[in-house]
This record gives sequence, C-alpha cells and structure tokens, in this order.
Amino acid sequence: MVKIARWGTYLPETKEKTSGRLIEDASLPSEVVIPLCQHIGAPCDPLVEKGDRVLIGQKIGDTEAFCSAPIHASVSGEVIGVEPRPHFTGDCLLSVVIAPDGKQESVEFAGVSGKLTPQKVRCAVREAGLVGLGGAAFPTHVKLCPPEGKSIDSVIINGCECEPFITCDHRNMLEKTDLLLDGLRIIMATVEAEKGYIGIKMNKLDAIRKVEELVAGEENVKVARLDTKYPHGAEKQLIKAILEREVPSGGLPMDVGALVHNAGTTIAISEAVREGKPLTERVLTVTGPGVKNPKNLRVKIGTPIGHLIEECGGFEGEPGKVIMGGPMTGFAQFSIDVPVVKGTSGVILFPRDQVKITPHDPCFRCGRCIRACPVFLIPNFIGLYVERDMIDKAEAYSVMDCIECGLCGYVCPARRPMVQYMKYAKGKIMARRKKIS
Amino acid sequence: MDVSLILKASLALSGMGLILGALLAVASNFFAVEIDPKVEKILEVLPGLNCGACGYAGCEGAAEGIAKEEAPVTACVAGGHEVAEQVAVILGKEVGAKGVPSKAQVECGGGRGKVALRYIYDGEVSCRMAQQVACGPLLCPYGCLGFGDCVEVCPFGAITIGEDHLPRIDWERCRSCGLCVETCPRDIIALVPQTGRVGVFCSSPEKGKAVRSVCEVGCIACKSCEKVCEFDAIKVENNLAVIDYDKCTGCGKCVEKCPTKCLIMCPKEATKP
Repeated sequence: MVKIARWGTYLPETKEKTSGRLIEDASLPSEVVIPLCQHIGAPCDPLVEKGDRVLIGQKIGDTEAFCSAPIHASVSGEVIGVEPRPHFTGDCLLSVVIAPDGKQESVEFAGVSGKLTPQKVRCAVREAGLVGLGGAAFPTHVKLCPPEGKSIDSVIINGCECEPFITCDHRNMLEKTDLLLDGLRIIMATVEAEKGYIGIKMNKLDAIRKVEELVAGEENVKVARLDTKYPHGAEKQLIKAILEREVPSGGLPMDVGALVHNAGTTIAISEAVREGKPLTERVLTVTGPGVKNPKNLRVKIGTPIGHLIEECGGFEGEPGKVIMGGPMTGFAQFSIDVPVVKGTSGVILFPRDQVKITPHDPCFRCGRCIRACPVFLIPNFIGLYVERDMIDKAEAYSVMDCIECGLCGYVCPARRPMVQYMKYAKGKIMARRKKIS
Repeated sequence: MDVSLILKASLALSGMGLILGALLAVASNFFAVEIDPKVEKILEVLPGLNCGACGYAGCEGAAEGIAKEEAPVTACVAGGHEVAEQVAVILGKEVGAKGVPSKAQVECGGGRGKVALRYIYDGEVSCRMAQQVACGPLLCPYGCLGFGDCVEVCPFGAITIGEDHLPRIDWERCRSCGLCVETCPRDIIALVPQTGRVGVFCSSPEKGKAVRSVCEVGCIACKSCEKVCEFDAIKVENNLAVIDYDKCTGCGKCVEKCPTKCLIMCPKEATKP
C-alpha cells in the first residue's frame, strides 16, 4: 500500500531521458579543481603545495574539527596551484588545482581488516572523506556517532530521488544493489539499529523490484514504497512517511530514533569500509532540454562542469541556464568553470528560450504555498515580513524550520522568489545567533 | 403627548451627564500622569520623523531621554544644529559651536550603468537580497548594486536612483542620520563633511589592474592625486585614494589629474553631477 502524504505536490518527473541509461565513466578533464570546502562544517586546510605530485586517493586537505571531512585527490598529476577558485555557491573558495598526467596511479587502499567494530567503521568512513551525497553534504561519520543517551532503532536508506531530472541514485541502486544492501547492514551494525528501510518512490519500479528480490525473506530489512510526491526525499519528511514519527522543530532525526542516509552514500560507505576507497568520484546526471545527449556519468570530483557538458555533446540551442543540483534546490551557475563537488547530484541545462525572466507580483494571499509546504509553515506571511526586513516576525513564524525545498516558489502564481526570502531570513537569523553566542 | 415625559427624560440625561462629567473631572486630577513639561516642549521642536538615528525608537523617546539628561542636547542627528539650539533654550543649556554637518555620499561611480553583469538577476529587487545570491550580480564586488535599499530607508526622501542606476543624494535634504550607511550591504555609503568638496567615487580595495578590468571609473591607485596635492590632503591607502577633509581646500587639482575620473568635485548632490 502506498500512502499519500497531505503535503507536497506532484512535479513533472522528466526523468525518462536518463533513467534507462547505464552509468558511463567521464573522460579526464585538462584541469581538476578541488575546493577545500565541500561539506557542511569546518573547511579543510591544504596538505599539498604547488608543484607536488599527487596520486588518486591521496589526502590533499584535512582538519582536526570533528564536523568535517578530509578531501582526497581524484586524479594523479601535478598540483599547479592552491588558490581561490569559483565555487558553486558563487563565492571564490580556496581550491587545489591539479593537472592530470593521465597515468591514473593511485595510492594503495585497504579495507577494514578483521571484525567490523563501530569504531573501525566510523574511522574508515571519516578517512574516506564521506559526506551525504544527496546534496546537503553533511559529514557521514558525524551521523554515525549518535550522542550518549540517544538510541537509533531504524535506519532509512533514501532512494527517493524526488528532484525532477536527476536519476543518479536510481541507476546506482540498479547497478550496485548488493553494495547498497551491504552498506545498509554496515550502518545498522554500527548504530545498533534493529530495522532497516529502503525508501523508494513508485516511479522507480524496476529498482523496487530488484531490491525487494534481494531482501526477500529478511525480516529486519524492508523496502518502503513511497508516493511520487515532492519532497519525499527530504530527511524529516521521509521519516514521517515511513515511520510515522515527527522530528521536533529544531531537532534531528536521532531525536526520534531514526537515521537517514542517501542511497549513493550507502554504496560509498560499503566501498569505503570493504575496500578502503576514498570518495574521489561520484555519479551524477547531466540532463535537461539544453544538452544534446543526456547521460549518467561517473565523474572525478573537481571536474569543471563545462567538461561534462562537452562530454554530453554540448549545448542544445543557445544556453540559457545551468543548474547545479536538482531544479528545485540546486544553484544556478554563472560560469561553467565551476567544479563538481561531493554533493553535486546533477547538472541541468535549459536553453535560453525556455528560461523565463519575469518580474514578480505582490502576494495576493491565495494560500497555495501554505497547502504545499511540507513543514506546515505559512510561507506567504514569512515572505511578506522578510520583504519588509521584519526578521523577528519571520523568526516567530518558524522560518528556521524551512527546508528550502522550493515548493512555495514553484506553486506561487505571482512568481514570488519565496526561497530567496527564506534563505535571506535564515542567514540573518544565523548571523545574529552567532553574534550573541 | 405628555410633556412631563420629555421633561423627565431630558432631566435624567442631563443629570447623568453632569454627574459623570464631575466624576471624570475628579478622576483626571486624581489619576493624572505626570509629564515633564519639558518633554512636550522638546517634542515640539524635534522634527517628528521618528527616523531612529538618535538611538531611541522615535522622537518621543528621544525627547524623554534629552529631558532626563540621558542624551545630550545635540542628540537629534536629523535636526542638526538648529534643533539642538532650540532644545538648549528649553533646557537652559549651552550648545557647542556649530560643527560642520556631514552628509551621506555613495562612494561608487560605476554601478550597473558602467560595470558588466556576471549573471541575470531575477529575484527580489533589493540590494541586500541580491548580495546573497552569489555575492551580487555585478562584476565588481564593491560597486553599487543600485536596487535602492537606501532610497527606501531614507526618512527624508533625500535619495533617488538616477538613470545610471546610481543613488543620488540631495545634500539639501540629507540630515546625516546614517540609516543608509547602515543599510547598504556593500558598505559604500559614507558620511563626509559637507565642506569636503572632493569625493572619491570608488570603494574597491583591489589592485589597479583588477579594477580596470571591470570598471572604467574605478580608483586604480596610480597615486597621481597624491603627487599633485599641495596640501598633503590625499593619500592612497589600501589601493584607494583617501581624503583628509581637515586639510582639503577643494582646489580641484587632483580632480583634473585623476586619469579615471573617480575623483569628483561635489556641488550639491553627492553623486556624479
């Protein structure tokens, strides 16, 4: 039985262009730019200098902060600079630039030897530099360390991939199903959870069937079939849909005994623990009406997105918009020199004639955003307050609980930039809280 | 109809009126809130714009503050010297000598009219929000975005956006309250003394080449103004010309010499005439 959620909206899926395509390996670019901050948390300090030769999997950035993840070279070659380079958020961040020599030599990897203990797993995951591959890029080892007094009974693998266009998790689940299940079991053993769920949306029936076949007969691992509403893949919404538990405002999934990992991350956990393989490449989808041959590609971290577009046959028509990530939560880019980072799940291109730039109108309080909001906020009022710079009021209307899913802006008939208001208010409130503490 | 009925009714009503009126008169004396008469008088001379530049929530708060001697007689920034004099008369105090009033000046001569855009911005028409989207759509990270947050915040209507997308500040109206200075997300509005007749219309601390590559009218730190100045009033610090207004006589030699024309003589308006 598939339950239909009260919140959210059905979006046009537009995944058919790439959902049936096998993952291909992308060719090496002429230059790899690896930013030293690819995750939520403290940025890394560079460990290499200009002129050094690096190998695949060699650590090039690390920090002692707990909430952080080390960064590895994704190609072998010479470091031609440690300098600020454009980052997908629009800033220029310190990056290690490597010119690949094409030999693709790598350091020796070794998986965890002997019996798996939680400590060994956490260590292996941290050393591999794993972060959430769904988009937010939260360091994975932090999630595997529940604080004292909080027990986790259910682990959920997020295979929803609710953003339109993106199909990388879908292909990953189909092509690396055994690693997915192995990763799930490693996570369950590490946090001592009894139950494991794999949440997959009903638009990926082939993946559901394949995973169900493999877990048939197992009592503690289940496949949860989910409705195709957006945003089912958001962490807290997924917990609500599968476990019927509500994460409290400002709380974490751990507060309700749940842990959510993205499907791609789970596969990477298995690879990191069994083979010791660091996160130097990821699967992403290059698609959209603005590209000639949409593809699912396995890409070295740090590849400029311009190279990927060439790999897919170049622009179809005059380029209009390039989005990194999904179309709902991704960032539009103003340069195709921006590199792929650990959290990039896709590159979506639109031709100019499909990009509408229209001024927005005042809110006429139709309430569509309220109906769509998955966290039950009142986006129209928050937007109106933020427009007038009344940040206190926006805070009172719980803007900090906003998950920036983008639905309010999507459904708005007045085309108001709702997510911009939310992000602005959240940024202001965070800055103020930092100041006070 | 019985006349006595009308009589009774009118008597009853006027009687009620009299009694209640007397009660109110007693109560108004009995429960009277004591107001310092000075506060009312000060409030009368304050501009009444509630701009908040003094640090109080509005003019009433400021009047109370001044009357309680928590704030100096010159507390009202917007009112300036004239108001301070009037307040001083009410309190029987002295105001210091009239200082040089300072005025707001937008220290950018480029803006959207002269600097290329990095991307097409399609969000809320507001500088502070545009600044959050990949640090603003302007190629120069220090230039004026020109969406007019300062226009909205000015309580005196002194700022307008010109055709070149740069704010023009009417110095006749500007009361140097500083609200625009606080609001500007790029910190390019400054309060300068009104006597300073030369203004530096660039805020970019980048090196000359970097400035030149994005803007024709930016300060390239060539130091020719520094050399030509006879009064030692202009210095290039941090790749940017800085004017010492105590020394500047407004002779205009640096303005003539400046190769990029980022130094401008200011007549009445604080932006490029």
